[in-house]
Amino acid sequence: MENKVTDILLVGVGGQGIILASEIMADVFMEAGYDAKKSEVHGMAQRGGSVSTHVRFGAKVFSPLIKEGEADIFIAFEELEALRYFSYLSPHPTILLNEQRLNPPSVSLGRDLYPEKISEILSRRAGYFKSIPGRKLALQVGDFRTANIVLLGALSSILSLPEKIWQDNILRRVPPHAGEINLKAFELGRSA
Amino acid sequence: MTEKRVLLSGNEAIARGAFESGVKVAAAYPGTPSTEILENLGTYQGPYVEWSPNEKVALETGMGAAFGGARALVVMKHVGVNVAADPLFTLSYTGLVGGLVLVTADDPEMHSSQNEQDNRNYAKFAKIPMLEPSDSQEAKDFTERAFAISEKFDTPVMLRTTTRVSHSKSIVLLKEPAEPAAKPRLTKDPAKFVMLPGNARKRHPIVEKRLEELARFAETFPENRLEWSDGKLGIITSGVSYVYAKEVMPKASYLKLGMVYPLPKEMIRSFASRVEKLVVVEELDPFIEEQVRAMGLEVSGKSLFPLCGELNPTLVERGLMDLSPTPRAEEFKSLPARPPIMCPGCPHRGIFSILSKLKLFVTGDIGCYTLGFLPPLSAIDTCVCMGASIGHAMGLDKALGEEALGKVVAVIGDSTFLHSGITGLLNVVYNKGAVTLIILDNRTTAMTGRQDHPGTGFTLKGEETFRVDLVKLAKALGVKHVKMVNPYNLAATERVIKREVQRREPSLIISQAPCVLSRREKTALNKALGVSPEKCTGCQACLRLGCPAIEWVKENGMNNQGKKRKGRALIDSFLCNGCTICAQVCKFEAIKGTNGK
Repeated sequence: MENKVTDILLVGVGGQGIILASEIMADVFMEAGYDAKKSEVHGMAQRGGSVSTHVRFGAKVFSPLIKEGEADIFIAFEELEALRYFSYLSPHPTILLNEQRLNPPSVSLGRDLYPEKISEILSRRAGYFKSIPGRKLALQVGDFRTANIVLLGALSSILSLPEKIWQDNILRRVPPHAGEINLKAFELGRSA
Repeated sequence: MTEKRVLLSGNEAIARGAFESGVKVAAAYPGTPSTEILENLGTYQGPYVEWSPNEKVALETGMGAAFGGARALVVMKHVGVNVAADPLFTLSYTGLVGGLVLVTADDPEMHSSQNEQDNRNYAKFAKIPMLEPSDSQEAKDFTERAFAISEKFDTPVMLRTTTRVSHSKSIVLLKEPAEPAAKPRLTKDPAKFVMLPGNARKRHPIVEKRLEELARFAETFPENRLEWSDGKLGIITSGVSYVYAKEVMPKASYLKLGMVYPLPKEMIRSFASRVEKLVVVEELDPFIEEQVRAMGLEVSGKSLFPLCGELNPTLVERGLMDLSPTPRAEEFKSLPARPPIMCPGCPHRGIFSILSKLKLFVTGDIGCYTLGFLPPLSAIDTCVCMGASIGHAMGLDKALGEEALGKVVAVIGDSTFLHSGITGLLNVVYNKGAVTLIILDNRTTAMTGRQDHPGTGFTLKGEETFRVDLVKLAKALGVKHVKMVNPYNLAATERVIKREVQRREPSLIISQAPCVLSRREKTALNKALGVSPEKCTGCQACLRLGCPAIEWVKENGMNNQGKKRKGRALIDSFLCNGCTICAQVCKFEAIKGTNGK
């Protein structure tokens, strides 16, 4: 039998909550009965640097890292970072783009230009493309830091896993007082 | 008892494995990618866990526990083993009573390190066994096996992970902890534990014999396993390389090594005889490949895979299938880089803006402040290893004399100073160096995620303890000139630095301000600042601080003084925490409270 593994690549900037989102995701896949692996680099990359996290699930997963050209689902928390990891995209990837631009130092200093038309480039490349105003929706529930959970919501809408597993795992991972707004953020993302 | 299934990182799994093995004492110095092992072990009831001041002390503490019959876990990053190498090589001779496992977390690709040395070489060099897990389940299981091997063969055992094993999560089945095999006790055995030449000469043959026994053991060690498919391609591999190879070449035959030293030579010989083509897939050095070739076998390895950097499934596939690299799409070749940067409000930023302004030659060290190297601050001129900043400044002083006076300064963090800077400073005083050292005391080990150390007043478990007094320590070493500065006061700090670097005697400046991410000490920072669009002349002095909260807005125009400008600065109020460094470098008083008013 074919061992179909789903490869999800999350990219963005340190501090955007990518690691938490990937932790929740991996737990959800395990609870749904799959083998799951997840890999990222901590340390220096936390300090506002470029971050990528690989999450893979299926009947049996060997490598924690996705092969270039094989990311089935690509979640870009930041627009420029989406381009940096372009070579990982599978032939017909699902791309979820968070509408957020964070200037790297050279752009802040006016030495480099922030690339333009990223959304167009990605939608042309994608098999399925969705742009999500993560920060705007997060502010709607009252905390911009829930943008990562908004994006989890958007991901959940394209995977057919029970909603309750997502909700339970979000509640398990966020601070108790923030449970409710994170569930709201999840719902907004799910219906975005 | 049902087994519990959880997703754990390799590091969490090692901590769990040590707990399940009844470890009694665990010691480490934080270092990426190893840090989470002790942080996690610290959450279990039972084991004593400590942040030691450095890796040598950690290993010696572990040795003491093992000499007393307890199981000990000692953890460090790859370069930490260099620091601990002195006790390690002789621990190989003494052996122990209780099991001792030394975890080395290597960092191929140098995600957070200054080199990518392959610590498998240490096992061969120190003549001790090494296990190498491929995923989190193995990380836990191998920890348990390592303790058993340590006690059975009277040897320390190294457990090697790499960043991708330490920081990847995979499913692990948990067990309940075992009762410790034996109760710790004092046993006098000077012939074993006192390594004077007379005793050590008797121990060395024991080490050699032990290595032969371990090599025999490796032949039947269940974690060295054959996965037979057909005879076309045989792959010998271990660690994370194994899962990459399985991913891209599931139908090859494998000799999967759980123990990478000593090697099971009979297994290898028999495997080689059954396959048409034999390949070793390993990261970094041709450690296994060279030993296999030395057995007279025909084998490929580093002719197919890179010597530098980490492997990944793409590189393994390319090597095994002889594919050429796919060229990257043109348009994405020159994307603006996004390196890690100091946080907004970081107390280091002000110091480095001064060092940059004064154009000093800055001998640097290992920590967050090494980021002072990056533009626009560009104010670090050397960075090699923990504690080296002080020796570098001393050597420059002795080599250049008057020529270097007033031009060189050493910078080191508080945790790094206590790790291995004290002896450097002692040397400066003893040998009359005209060296100025700045200790950037942010009262934590920031870069690895804010761990405690002897200068914080708290232990790994968060218990209050004595806090070393850096001023008294420096005075005791013989430093006569010690000045404290507040790094958020640029003018005063600059005056002190300018004066101190001119001294013909050892001098120490302690910059005191807690890390902005500190959990314990909340920095008294103000509300976000703003730039007055009317007053800003677009001179970019604030932008040269490299603060992530300050951006450049291109727009031709004029300020309210009628000065032409090509753009203006803008502060992101979500990121700014009002440290005021930018306001202090602005000559036009354009940066004030929110909106620059």
